[in-house]
Amino acid sequence: MSLLELDGVKVHFPVKKGILFDRTVGHVYAVDGISLKVEAGQTYGLVGESGCGKTTLGRAVLRLVDVTDGSVVLDGTDVAKLPEKELRSFRRRLQMVFQDPLGSLNPRQNIESILSEGMAAHGIGANQEERREKIREILAKVGLPANSLSRYPHEFSGGQRQRIGIARALVLEPDLIICDEPVSALDVSIQAQVINLLEELQESMGLTYLVIAHDLAVVRHISDVIGVMYLGSLVEEAPSDTLYEEPLHPYTRALMSAVPVPDPEVEERRERILLHGDLPSPANPPAGCRFHTRCPWAQDRCGKERPELTDAGGGHKVACHFTREIQDGTLRPAGDTEAVVIPAQAEAPAAESEPDATASDAPESAEAPESDEAPESDEAPEADEAPEAEDAPESKDASEGK
Amino acid sequence: MSLITTTSKIDRLAQLTAKTETASGASLWREAMRRMRASKMAIIGAVIIAGFVLLAIIGPWIAPYGPTEQTWRGEVFSNRGEFVGARAENWFGLDHLGRDLFSRMLVGARQTLLVGVVSMLIGLLIGALVGIVSGAAATLGGKAGRRVDDAIMRVTDILLALPSLLLAVSVAAVMGQSLTTVMIAVGVVQIPVFARLLRGSMLAQGGSDYVLAARSLGIRKRRIVLTQILPNSLSPVIVQATLSLATAIIEAAALSYLGLGNPDPAVPEWGVMLSQAQRFFDNEPMMSMYPAVGIVITALGFTLLGEAMREALDPKLRG
Amino acid sequence: MPLLTVDELTVTFGGRGRKDVRAVNGVSFSVDQGQVVGLVGESGCGKSVTSLALMGLLPAKGVTLGGRAELDGTDLLKISPSKMRDLRGRDMAMIFQDPLSSLNPVVPIGVQVTEILQRHRGLKGEAARKEAAHLLDRVGIPDPDRRLKEYPHQLSGGMRQRALIAMAVACAPRLLIADEPTTALDVTIQAQILELLKELVDQEGTALLMITHDLGVVAGLCDQVNVLYAGKVVESAGRRELFAHPTHPYTHGLLGSIPRLDAPRGEPLHPIRGSINDQIAWADGCAFAPRCDRYEMECLTGTPELTEPRAAGHRARCANPVLATTEVPA
Repeated sequence: MSLLELDGVKVHFPVKKGILFDRTVGHVYAVDGISLKVEAGQTYGLVGESGCGKTTLGRAVLRLVDVTDGSVVLDGTDVAKLPEKELRSFRRRLQMVFQDPLGSLNPRQNIESILSEGMAAHGIGANQEERREKIREILAKVGLPANSLSRYPHEFSGGQRQRIGIARALVLEPDLIICDEPVSALDVSIQAQVINLLEELQESMGLTYLVIAHDLAVVRHISDVIGVMYLGSLVEEAPSDTLYEEPLHPYTRALMSAVPVPDPEVEERRERILLHGDLPSPANPPAGCRFHTRCPWAQDRCGKERPELTDAGGGHKVACHFTREIQDGTLRPAGDTEAVVIPAQAEAPAAESEPDATASDAPESAEAPESDEAPESDEAPEADEAPEAEDAPESKDASEGK
Repeated sequence: MSLITTTSKIDRLAQLTAKTETASGASLWREAMRRMRASKMAIIGAVIIAGFVLLAIIGPWIAPYGPTEQTWRGEVFSNRGEFVGARAENWFGLDHLGRDLFSRMLVGARQTLLVGVVSMLIGLLIGALVGIVSGAAATLGGKAGRRVDDAIMRVTDILLALPSLLLAVSVAAVMGQSLTTVMIAVGVVQIPVFARLLRGSMLAQGGSDYVLAARSLGIRKRRIVLTQILPNSLSPVIVQATLSLATAIIEAAALSYLGLGNPDPAVPEWGVMLSQAQRFFDNEPMMSMYPAVGIVITALGFTLLGEAMREALDPKLRG
Repeated sequence: MPLLTVDELTVTFGGRGRKDVRAVNGVSFSVDQGQVVGLVGESGCGKSVTSLALMGLLPAKGVTLGGRAELDGTDLLKISPSKMRDLRGRDMAMIFQDPLSSLNPVVPIGVQVTEILQRHRGLKGEAARKEAAHLLDRVGIPDPDRRLKEYPHQLSGGMRQRALIAMAVACAPRLLIADEPTTALDVTIQAQILELLKELVDQEGTALLMITHDLGVVAGLCDQVNVLYAGKVVESAGRRELFAHPTHPYTHGLLGSIPRLDAPRGEPLHPIRGSINDQIAWADGCAFAPRCDRYEMECLTGTPELTEPRAAGHRARCANPVLATTEVPA
């Protein structure tokens, strides 16, 4: 059995309007039916762009937001339906590492107080001395100096603050740690330190992670399994290497082609899929496949029928009606869509065999128009509000803490 | 040989990095204090306030004459416009009843400070209590909490909508004419100000990541409010308290000026003195000037300190 | 002759009783017509301050500038504020990281664009409006006539950045400075914006000074790369040369720190230890020494010079550079 199982999880936020009396005028479909499994001792990476609902999903697992529908089962217990009282003590088993290392630490508490508070709440350690002992041990593990205890968050550098955040989660010995953008607020050289630390800790303590991030390269580096989210649902899920070598969903391919690689040789050669337009509003998601408004391969059926996440073999799941057709080249990107597919350069890499999965796509997309002046989208009106509409409910909910 | 060079290069590095090391272990409050000490505004404000407090404490003892002694009654004829200005034995001159103004100013300092502090405390304590309840209900109380918060806020809205002086006059009308009336009246006006301020500040803090972190740690809600949200929401309230000491003194003076203050001549208060002196402003403007200048300087002291605090506590300057 | 020559630029913040902080400590580089030059570094390296100094956007109070920055023979650090205002927008323009806060929230996009056209190109009325619509179209904003009437908050992040670029290129400036133009955007939108910038450079021959922390962006866009650390250029080379043979331990370390999408899972990262706070003054030695595995006694005695230890045109400020290609990043 998996450690964490999500089944059909939905989180909908009501959109309210009105001067005197609030009326619910609609919903933001932040998370709209997600099922996934996280195995003990492994890392599940959830990747997607801002507004795809990945942060909300992470909070739903912790029940920091209420789950509208579906179940979040950790080790046999459904967190989504746990009564408030039991939830509080259950939270020890699910911990979170936040994106903003400074913002997630109370500026007026010193490190000892920050780290011991959760322990005291759950009765870990008989007295403060015992807790301090444990804290010292964890501080050493995350690579912080022993004299940190009496210092305050603002006296640490960004990377050290994130280590404190990780230590705060670790002292409770949780079953699962959710890392919400654990490195995106850090400098590049520091990112690597924190990524390595997370990996070392996983190895030495047998931790299970659910990593939520927008950076596909980071997610690919640390995850065993990757789920790609788009507008509230999973479009593809596969083991890390499989996903990179053989991305099946058009959105995954576009996302992958957009991640810059710090190597000019690769940059000049690889396939590029430029998606035009923006993310549609999750308050008014397109019918059918959520991605069809931006998909270069979209067909009539895509606008009518929502594809299910189905297994394409070997644990590689994808939600697309035309996976096979796109793969074997019988379906080609439409010439009049807003997307431009620039095929990967066929030029073979010199000595080292570059795992260039996209090279196989070159022939089929060779006829794709290279024009940059592709006709602009009709979807523009929808696109307008996308970022704000999505950001608002997430942060609003955090502050209201239903 | 290589060992020697290795250790010496480590030593040299340690020596060079030590130059840029900064102090550590300081809480935000201590950092704020450090900034306050470096601020000219804070120092001037603190000196003024210290002087004022000192006067309030020792004033009655160092006053050369009693506040009610009408020793020079025969020299002042207010109905004929004959007054006595500053002179060697009466530094500030005499008032309309022939009492020594300098002594009355010294004795009055204590009353003035009392009015300011007590009315500020009334506003602060009740206002903060209301603010905490409202803020806690709004941030962590769920649906029911938001309804409680709504109700409280509507009431404070109504209080805020009333002109403060009108509110104070109504309180005074109900309670009669006394120093207590003035203090309560001025204090009540401040309640909604403090309540709204603290609630707003708590709401902002309630949405922050560290509160979310505390919730995910499984910490009790009451504890989250008391140890996480509240300490971080206090800065603006502390600043407002200092600033409102200034306004409280001025408002108390205004109420006294309108004749709502303490009528007892044995306990002079700068506001009352100003109110009495204004009748003779045409003939003897200096009589109004002393209490007026006293009030202005004191209010200035508190305002300067408050503004300096605001700067020192500004989260943008942290780090 | 290069279009922009920056020579030993220093920017010092001070005043108000605080200790002086030298954010930019002798930065030199040049930008040719039609060239894309990258200034790369992490937060606190002085890259943004450099761009603000060039644009004359630093506050006059408490800031001391030193060195030279010549745009086509005019020293940007010495000209009067009013001449600077003429230059800004007409000869050089800037694109900022946060498109929302760089646009005036209460003025429609159209008015903000036509304002520039009016100020620098003297276009008025219908002509200005037509040109503004043309500009929005040029940067790939659909339905420009409608967009001109809209306010910044009505546009998505990507659209706002496009609008900002439209304003920047309104007067066909010869130099475009982009300060982290895609950092606030999603990767798919970032790809669109980078493509647009490339196109502008190719078609208009604009010189682009690209300021970023993202070596991936640099790899795809820049011709010449300058790596900054603690206010100094520590390495400077052509794009291919730099990525193929990072010579300064810092550059080397940065490249070893980045998880690459095309690297197989399980390949370890090689982070640089410590943080930017672990620093020594340049006057005492190499500021990077406390984080460097290769430092020697020599690195702790006086400022290291920019030399060409590897190849002509590939400069590095290091006494003990990484020269062997096989060397594993440490």
